[in-house]
Amino acid sequence: MHLDPEFLSRIQFAWVIGWHILLPAFTIGLASFIAFLEGAYALTKRAVFLNLSQFWLRIFAVSFGMGVVTGIVMPFQFGTNWSRFSDVAGNIISPLLAYEGIMAFFLESTFLGVLLFGRKLVPPAMHFVAAVLVAGGTLLSAFWILATNSWMQTPAGYEMIDGRFFPKDWFEIVFSPSLPFRFMHTVSAFYVTTAFVVLGVGAYTVRRGQSPVEGRMMLRLAIWFLAIFVPIQAVLGDQHGLNTLEYQPAKLAAIEGLWDGGSGVPASIIAWPDQKEERNIAEIAIPKLGSLYLTHSWNGAVKGLKDFPADQRPPVVVVYFAFRIMVGIALLMLAMVACGLFLLWRRRLDDTAWYLKACQFTVCLGFVAVIAGWTTTEVGRQPWTIYGLMRTAESVSPSLTGANVLLSLLLYVVVYLIIFPTGIYTMLRFVWRGPAATEDDAPVVSGRPKSPIEALAPASATAETR
Amino acid sequence: MPALDLVPIWTAILALGVFFYVALDGFDLGVGMLHNFAPDRSARELVMNSIAPIWDGNETWLVLGSVGLLAAFPVAFAIIIPAVYFPILLMLLALIFRGLAFEFRYRDAEHRTFWDHGFAAGSALAAFAQGVVLGSFIQGFQVEGRHFVGGSFDCFTPFSIFCGIALMFGYGLLGAGWLIIKTEGALQDWARALGRKCLIGTVLAIAVVSLWTPWTDPKIATRWFSWPHIAYLAPVPIITAALVLYAWRTLHNASEYGPFIAGLGLFVMSYIGIAISLWPMIVPGHFTLYQAAAAPSTQAFLLIGTLFLLPIILTYTAWSYWVFRGKVRADIGYHH
Repeated sequence: MHLDPEFLSRIQFAWVIGWHILLPAFTIGLASFIAFLEGAYALTKRAVFLNLSQFWLRIFAVSFGMGVVTGIVMPFQFGTNWSRFSDVAGNIISPLLAYEGIMAFFLESTFLGVLLFGRKLVPPAMHFVAAVLVAGGTLLSAFWILATNSWMQTPAGYEMIDGRFFPKDWFEIVFSPSLPFRFMHTVSAFYVTTAFVVLGVGAYTVRRGQSPVEGRMMLRLAIWFLAIFVPIQAVLGDQHGLNTLEYQPAKLAAIEGLWDGGSGVPASIIAWPDQKEERNIAEIAIPKLGSLYLTHSWNGAVKGLKDFPADQRPPVVVVYFAFRIMVGIALLMLAMVACGLFLLWRRRLDDTAWYLKACQFTVCLGFVAVIAGWTTTEVGRQPWTIYGLMRTAESVSPSLTGANVLLSLLLYVVVYLIIFPTGIYTMLRFVWRGPAATEDDAPVVSGRPKSPIEALAPASATAETR
Repeated sequence: MPALDLVPIWTAILALGVFFYVALDGFDLGVGMLHNFAPDRSARELVMNSIAPIWDGNETWLVLGSVGLLAAFPVAFAIIIPAVYFPILLMLLALIFRGLAFEFRYRDAEHRTFWDHGFAAGSALAAFAQGVVLGSFIQGFQVEGRHFVGGSFDCFTPFSIFCGIALMFGYGLLGAGWLIIKTEGALQDWARALGRKCLIGTVLAIAVVSLWTPWTDPKIATRWFSWPHIAYLAPVPIITAALVLYAWRTLHNASEYGPFIAGLGLFVMSYIGIAISLWPMIVPGHFTLYQAAAAPSTQAFLLIGTLFLLPIILTYTAWSYWVFRGKVRADIGYHH
């Protein structure tokens, strides 16, 4: 078998970023959630918020640590495996990556120390500020990384000199055409992902009954949040799709499985796209619907894959199915939220066993959707690293042999297969242990217990039972 | 286009960034290596706790170093990083292991010994790999046009491997210095004893590298030993020797900050020594700092934010060290 350094480098990049992206998908949402809990505690002094914040902080610390170490791998990939891309595009993408580092990474890492270890060392207000800064840091981090990615997807504000990119307008570079949509769609996806984790953990906590106040609070916070954000996410996704139609029509055609463009195009529900034959096998499609949701008009014109040379089309099957997995999960999420709201309205939420069990299974939904969405956008922009301008094949480091990359890929595979299961298991143990339980959900009045007995039985004692 | 020449500014910022990384992650990698030799479990806990709140902040300087190189001197990044493909890979994997050993050893108690070894081995391997990167950087790479064209294993030479071992001793010295500051009593004595061993290793390594580089590269020899260079470069070896004496003395007497400061001093001097040998090259033998510089607009765009943010970063880095100052105590551990 011929070992192709380009193909193996792509697999390696997909492997390291595929695992890495799961962590920000969780920590970005969780950081904001913890800041919310800290704020709620500072305002209401209700013990439930403190218990929940402490509980999620432990889990956050593990996932954040994993995010940091797997994140350090990423910028080095540009050098080790994609050095020609780094040389050609370095003038443009490097400040964006560097701003991520100096603004966000430091903010997160430094204040995380205060957040995790400083509760006894800094005043409570400072602790809340640290939580907000960590959350803000994670969002800034997402902004700059997505700005880099967006520029590669929809390049703007550059000029070419001697085959290399030079900056012309930094505002256009940072706020490239797809950035606003990509940023909102991604961050909202991360929030939804985290909320489904909170929902599932809340359901587990309620079912186990050890800290019922905390469990019920998690369920309610998650359902109300999702009731707002899942529909918003669908709208944002639609907007992002329209942006893709305008700037990356070949990707959109692959998403739709649309070979022949024209006006009044159908919506392909399910099919097997055959890249060689340039047609869909066993297709179920609805006439004209494609034009309606893509152009918001029954007869709107949409380009098909055949409008692009064969060597400028992405691998259609991957993009087509990744997109359908993402949308299918979105529908499932909507159903879960609708059920949850209904049960909440009927006051049956906490004792409907099948729903709580279902919530436990849907913990992973957001992560699968994030990977599917990311696959859609990244495989969909192939064969380009910089859309329409620089091919992936021209980006790979010239010195690498296939055997080199195979070796490094195998090592990444081995290490990630050790650390990720361990990390997930470690976080699960915290979930099994559960948050500290509140007996009475009244505000803690300046640390004075109502009776001496309560002073002898601190709420956190139950946390040590496991 | 800005009229201001940004290349020296970026050279200074990058040099500062890399030095901060070496100094900060250097001592916690050192602590990681020494951790394996700690006398008992409670000592190991204290050793870990001494760096628990700060290690990931320290590691982020590595991101600044690598991305800073890409931003300020993109072609240097595009040549150097693929040339040290495997040392970088080893370093990254070692840092992953070591970083997570921190998180996992507390929670995955059944496998604590495994993670403890992972922590020590990861620290050692990361230090070694960084030394190999440094060594092969000093020796230079096979370049055509704007690309590295050598093999991915070319970077493993006797010299680079020696540099790898040398850096392990250097980081060990910094780690011992840190532990002397953060611990007391028997544990501090233990750190002092290890510090002495690491100092001997570091001094030998500095001596060998200082002779090896001019011996193999006549240009470096001319730079150091020709008249009048030898006269005005003489302070470098003299200050280094003074620092070695100071380190040796403070490792023996009651000084708590001396060994760490002396260790940092030795790193500064080695750093200056390498800079003198290679100046003004960023890819030795091929690209000067000016030839490799990014577009002025790129350097300017990033400089605006950096000049504003770097002082803030330094301030709150200092602040977080201040919060966790003093001797390490068992009760402010890693969230029990």
